[in-house]
Amino acid sequence: MEVTIKEFKHCNMVSVIGHVDSSTAPQFTRALDAQMDKGVFKLVVDMSAMEYMSSAGFRALLAAQRNCKRYNRGEVFLATVPDRIREALELAGFTELFKTYADPLEAVGNF
Amino acid sequence: MTALTFPAKFEYLDEIRDFVGEQARASGFNEKDIYCVQLAADEAASNVIEHACEGIPNASFELTCDFKDDRLVITVIDHGKSFDPSKVAQPDIEADLSDRKIGGLGIFLMRKLMDEVRYEITASGNLLTLVKRKG
Repeated sequence: MEVTIKEFKHCNMVSVIGHVDSSTAPQFTRALDAQMDKGVFKLVVDMSAMEYMSSAGFRALLAAQRNCKRYNRGEVFLATVPDRIREALELAGFTELFKTYADPLEAVGNF
Repeated sequence: MTALTFPAKFEYLDEIRDFVGEQARASGFNEKDIYCVQLAADEAASNVIEHACEGIPNASFELTCDFKDDRLVITVIDHGKSFDPSKVAQPDIEADLSDRKIGGLGIFLMRKLMDEVRYEITASGNLLTLVKRKG
């Protein structure tokens, strides 16, 4: 798994390439935490190159959403969620907790 | 039936998903169901590594795959700590963000993704059986 960060005026984009599972979720969590530690609470997670995510990744997203939404200081948006991952997120009831966008730049524009 | 033994380490999850994915593909499952089977096996193996085998040095577990009568049967056998899945609280998937519980999601997903999920404590270890019907 690889994570890259792109900075925008009103938010940062976290792009994930590859597989998020129990082995790689700690790295994903660290990448999200690093943004929040810098005071960036408006985040777009670009999932266009994410091939797989297990519940370990769902937990990382949930923790980040809780932290970002605290004091109304921000939010985590999900962008370009692949079909298989979206279906799994739906099963877990996670799609209710995140605004999702078909295009990462559309998500950026909504902050 | 194909059987493989894996060290109880998260870095083998990739291989586990490849293994069950190949078995499901060879059995004629569609891409959506292949992903379901891979995710369920990953969640099962992750639980074994994280909970059953926690603190046991050099622990390993066995994974088997068998396709018969249009059913793919995956078993996970470990020799670690047993647990009663009925005692694992169902996550409330309609709860608000602040009330969402972090645990129990793996078992919940397995039950949603597969047609049957059984857990038994046997003489040869803790046995988890996952069944996916084709079509």
